[in-house]
Amino acid sequence: MALLEVNNLSKRFGGLQAVKDVSFSVERGMIKAVIGPNGAGKTTLFNLLSGFAEPDTGEVRFRDAWIHGRGPHQIAASGISRTFQHIRLFSHMTALENVTVGRHVRSRAGFVAGMLSLPWTHREEREIREKSLNAMEFLGIAHLAHDEATSLSYGQQRAVELSRALAAEPEMLLLDEPAAGLNMRETADLANLIVRIRDRGITVLIVEHDMSLVMKISDEVVVLSYGEKIADEKPLAVQKDPQVISVYLGEDEC
Amino acid sequence: MKRYNHILILIAAVAGVQVLTAVLGKQFYLTQLTMTAYYCIAIVGLTLLMGFAGQISLGHAGFFAIGGYTSAVLTTLDLSQFKDSSIVSLLAKLFIVTSRQDLYGGQVLSFNPWAAFIIAIGLTLVIAYIIGIPVLKLKGHYLAMATLGFGTIIYSIVLGTQRFGAADGISSVPAFTLLPGLAVSGNTEFRVRNYYLAWTLVIGVMVLLINLINSRVGRALRAIHGAEDAAGAMGVDTARFKLNTFILSAALASMAGVFLTHYNGGIGPSEASIMKSVRYVAIVSVGGMGSLWGTLIMSTTLTFLSLRGYFGTFDDAVFGAILIVIMLFSPQGILQFDVKALLKKLLRKKE
Repeated sequence: MALLEVNNLSKRFGGLQAVKDVSFSVERGMIKAVIGPNGAGKTTLFNLLSGFAEPDTGEVRFRDAWIHGRGPHQIAASGISRTFQHIRLFSHMTALENVTVGRHVRSRAGFVAGMLSLPWTHREEREIREKSLNAMEFLGIAHLAHDEATSLSYGQQRAVELSRALAAEPEMLLLDEPAAGLNMRETADLANLIVRIRDRGITVLIVEHDMSLVMKISDEVVVLSYGEKIADEKPLAVQKDPQVISVYLGEDEC
Repeated sequence: MKRYNHILILIAAVAGVQVLTAVLGKQFYLTQLTMTAYYCIAIVGLTLLMGFAGQISLGHAGFFAIGGYTSAVLTTLDLSQFKDSSIVSLLAKLFIVTSRQDLYGGQVLSFNPWAAFIIAIGLTLVIAYIIGIPVLKLKGHYLAMATLGFGTIIYSIVLGTQRFGAADGISSVPAFTLLPGLAVSGNTEFRVRNYYLAWTLVIGVMVLLINLINSRVGRALRAIHGAEDAAGAMGVDTARFKLNTFILSAALASMAGVFLTHYNGGIGPSEASIMKSVRYVAIVSVGGMGSLWGTLIMSTTLTFLSLRGYFGTFDDAVFGAILIVIMLFSPQGILQFDVKALLKKLLRKKE
């Protein structure tokens, strides 16, 4: 059984059919990419999967639960972590504090336990800190732990955001255009990093505009055009698919 | 336990002030300082909501009044004529309703202040929950407007209801005996005890809130404040955390209302007025939105000065002016005020 299964997902905004009858599945341990030109419905699809938008019709199954229509926090709790295309860090918090929020789903101290500062919450806090620092070390930014997150450079902020998502120890990681704003070398580093994340046993779904990143590392690629799926194949096959070529390079009719 | 250092200073200050007033023979100050303590509880609760969860409430005086009025009504209600009815006799058996002497020596059968306190807090929790669910979906100006609407409704209800004493409010509220020998009452004989009681409650609330903001919940609240959508994506149930914080701060305001009502021996509609809510918001802003200690210091100072009548007839105007000045020059609160930066700015303008 695939880890994530998307069945006939559709979403309409007024007169615009942003996602139309899209189905695909993601097997455990793979890197899968969703690509398509601007306006193809990638971001909407991403929001549908992460609970930021509700599908009009269709279903999403993650592990053994139907997650369509659930809120973002419920989806996060079920084991899916995401990043944002436009970095969304918590202001007025250090990089480490930002990452520790990622441990929210893996910890449980509530209002009463927090106010009473019960002994077990201190053990929990120690574990949160440790695991968060581990995630930052994995991305090589442990030395920035105590800097204010929003004062870091763009690349470092991306790394903080990614550590935050990894600190949750998700089963699946959703990356929303992670290469946006990166130069070629940084994009290559990112590709290596995504492979290392996959090697830790985390299934990765990337939504990306930039073909160069996904063609190298993806096991399978879904191509969207005007909200519809036009291909779902291995990268090499996608590159040769005439329909995909026409979408990306423009039709040759006139 | 670094986080409790300030608590020790607070304890020392509370004791120091009491000794000082005794030495100087100015014990009458303790009355206003006790009242100040209760307002502080409402205000630090609002700080948690505004500074940490990032949600505004312009209706907090409403919750204060719900606590105060519920307690006042229940403890002054005379049920003597119903004492044979099955419900009242059952309540009497459970000590929820007890008999006491009123000011004129007659016997009154009314709610025990403990029962009234619990009912008041319970009622506040229910109302805060019902109001909070729809209202906290709003943001910024809209949330301010909606909570303002709530405050207005409570004010109109207490002002327009005969049972609540209309414009006169409710008086002759009995003392609230917490433990034998320890009663919340304005009796000058118990002034010192009440001063320590009130400030012990403040210290207790501060400890609980400091613990809370240093916990997983505090972090989640700051995350909501920083980037709500990202907090949700990280698994924070933003609606529930905002609601719980709203309810907690409402309960603190209500508790403050109950205690102050017993201390003053009554409550009037001005406690529910919009100006009171605005004043709370002003003090939270002066204290620096995200600082419990800053708010406590400013709330103690300003409330005490106001209660002593130093602002005279300009009382409300002072708080209005404070809001304007703070928003213009130091939105981070007066304690974060950067004098150098302001001077630099002014000098540069002259050039």
